[in-house]
Amino acid sequence: MSAAQGGEPASRRLARLAPYRWCVELLKRLGFSGRTAVIAVPYLWLLLFFLVPFAFVLKISLAEALIARPPYSPLIEWGEETYVTLRVNFANFLFLLEDDLYWKAYLNSIKIASISTVLCLLIGYPMAYAMARANPGSRNILLMLVILPFWTSFLLRVYAWIGILKNNGLVNNMLMAMGIIDEPIVMMQTDFAVYIGIVYSYLPFMILPLYANLERLDNTLLEAASDLGCPPVRAFFSITVPLSLPGIIAGCLLVFIPAVGEFVIPALLGGPDTLMIGRVLWDEFFANRDWPVASAVAIAVLLLLVVPMMLFQHFQASEAEARP
Amino acid sequence: MEQSSVPGAVQEPWNDPAAKPYVRIEGVTKKFGEFVAVNNVSLDIYRNELFCLLGGSGCGKSTLLRMLAGFERATMGKIYIDDVDMEGAPPYERPVNMMFQSYALFPHMTVEKNIAFGLKQDGLGKAEIEKRVADILALVQLEQFARRKPHQLSGGQKQRVALARSLVKQPKLLLLDEPLGALDKKLREETQFELVNIQEETGVTFIVVTHDQEEAMTLSSRIGVMNAGEIVQTGTPSEIYEYPGSRFVADFIGSVNIFQGRIVEDEPDFVRISSDEAGCPLYIDHGVSTPPGARVWVAIRPEKITMSKDEPQGEDNHTRGTIDEIAYMGDLSIYHVQLDSGKRVRVTIPNLTRTGSDRFTWEEKVHLSWQASSGVVLTS
Repeated sequence: MSAAQGGEPASRRLARLAPYRWCVELLKRLGFSGRTAVIAVPYLWLLLFFLVPFAFVLKISLAEALIARPPYSPLIEWGEETYVTLRVNFANFLFLLEDDLYWKAYLNSIKIASISTVLCLLIGYPMAYAMARANPGSRNILLMLVILPFWTSFLLRVYAWIGILKNNGLVNNMLMAMGIIDEPIVMMQTDFAVYIGIVYSYLPFMILPLYANLERLDNTLLEAASDLGCPPVRAFFSITVPLSLPGIIAGCLLVFIPAVGEFVIPALLGGPDTLMIGRVLWDEFFANRDWPVASAVAIAVLLLLVVPMMLFQHFQASEAEARP
Repeated sequence: MEQSSVPGAVQEPWNDPAAKPYVRIEGVTKKFGEFVAVNNVSLDIYRNELFCLLGGSGCGKSTLLRMLAGFERATMGKIYIDDVDMEGAPPYERPVNMMFQSYALFPHMTVEKNIAFGLKQDGLGKAEIEKRVADILALVQLEQFARRKPHQLSGGQKQRVALARSLVKQPKLLLLDEPLGALDKKLREETQFELVNIQEETGVTFIVVTHDQEEAMTLSSRIGVMNAGEIVQTGTPSEIYEYPGSRFVADFIGSVNIFQGRIVEDEPDFVRISSDEAGCPLYIDHGVSTPPGARVWVAIRPEKITMSKDEPQGEDNHTRGTIDEIAYMGDLSIYHVQLDSGKRVRVTIPNLTRTGSDRFTWEEKVHLSWQASSGVVLTS
């Protein structure tokens, strides 16, 4: 741009052009401004790449399974002349209700995810608290140590647990060498191994939001509580815990949501009777090649899990807005 | 001091040898590593006093307060509150409450709950708690804000909630850390008087930490001036102002002109000092037991200097200069006068008339003089 020509910057000259002004005025009337654009662009991006695949999955879930490529019937058929046939098949969803495998898998997933979340909270809170209370110099090192596992592949780390937990693995060999047990304890392919795997893998997701929250906690509040006659343990439960509630909720959601849909950990560490919805989904897709039912499972999980979560977060956000 | 020997000095227990101090600080030292924050401080504070610890930042006043509250442990020395040794007592077991500079209100509790917090810790009954919360809310005039959360309050309201919360437990001693520091000037002035009224009404002994000398003057029964971890002087506001014990105190409280000089004559009822800085002999009507020739300083407050166009009588306490700068403050004007010795002197004169016909102007040659009782001789 030859901004120097007119003695004023191009942007200002542009701003004076009538068509530009009309456009700006029109957008303003419609409720758009520069700020909404900045927010809208990433939102549209995310929406597009969430909604489009979702629409595909929804479409497949309403189809019938065929032995063909792709292995499902088309939703819309273009007829000879002007006919358009829309064939919607709800049988897949009905099938989910009829076969109690899905309900059991779903409830079991929620159970495993809930217990894992509580365990993560019980282990993670003291860790996050200790990190937040550590002297500022060592805080970053502690933080690094929490993040460090992410530098290796998630899959590798879960495989490593097989080596630790299997019958002739690290734990059993050590216990036998010390003479504590005579026969190996069966840990692999049990729910116990799944809990270990999930708690181990998702613990950082609990610690990080809790740490971020606890680090900001104003120490003078605890001093004030102490000054008003409140011993430290009671102050922890009446001041620290309520004030760290946003961190607790964030950490629990970050652990619970992926844990419900977890597929790799139950597949590698769990036994055949460890029913989890993610694993059922996988089997349905790749073992049975029943894409419509698998899609119906996916949609059901989304609706049963994500929608309540989103509502919860929405309320959480509006409550947070009431605070400073 | 003379004025304290007035009969009926019950108001001033610190001058009564029989009075028992309520808070006794004995040789307290606090070190953080090598740094000495509080250095061998001894201090007696009496019941119903409003005692101010005054000093610049880093002088150790807040550390001393935190040791009284129990947040810091003294490296050496003892603290007694109502004759009980506080050594090793945690904050939650002390009969002391503190009002924090940041107020430290619990953000997740309403005003009511904040105030009730301390009472709940004592296991009081619900009815008793409600009554006392209501009473204290009335005292600080916040009844209609009982159900608000701290973030819905203004700075002044938060300050009053913090005060109410620390007072509601009826502590033996209330510690206030810069209680008015976060308020704007106008509100601070109003709140100062409110604070004094509340102190008188409740009869609780207050110890206030402040860096603001005006605040200390307005609030306190006595002031302890601190510097570099030590108490350099304690006294009533007027004692501290009119009889500073050192150049530091004279300079820290209000503004002052300090002339360096040497003792020429030292008699029991007067002293004569030669000073090149002042450009005239200084005659002061009280004796100092310092040998002639010793180096001393004379402090004279700006409002105690008379400025005139005509030459006053006598040689002593009378010097000449040129007006260098004038600051018109409304109620008074501040003049900076350059003496012939090169020393600059600050003089304040009240603006008694509106027209200003009696005022001085720039570059005017003036005579400065003061009473023999106006100067204070300082040896340190």
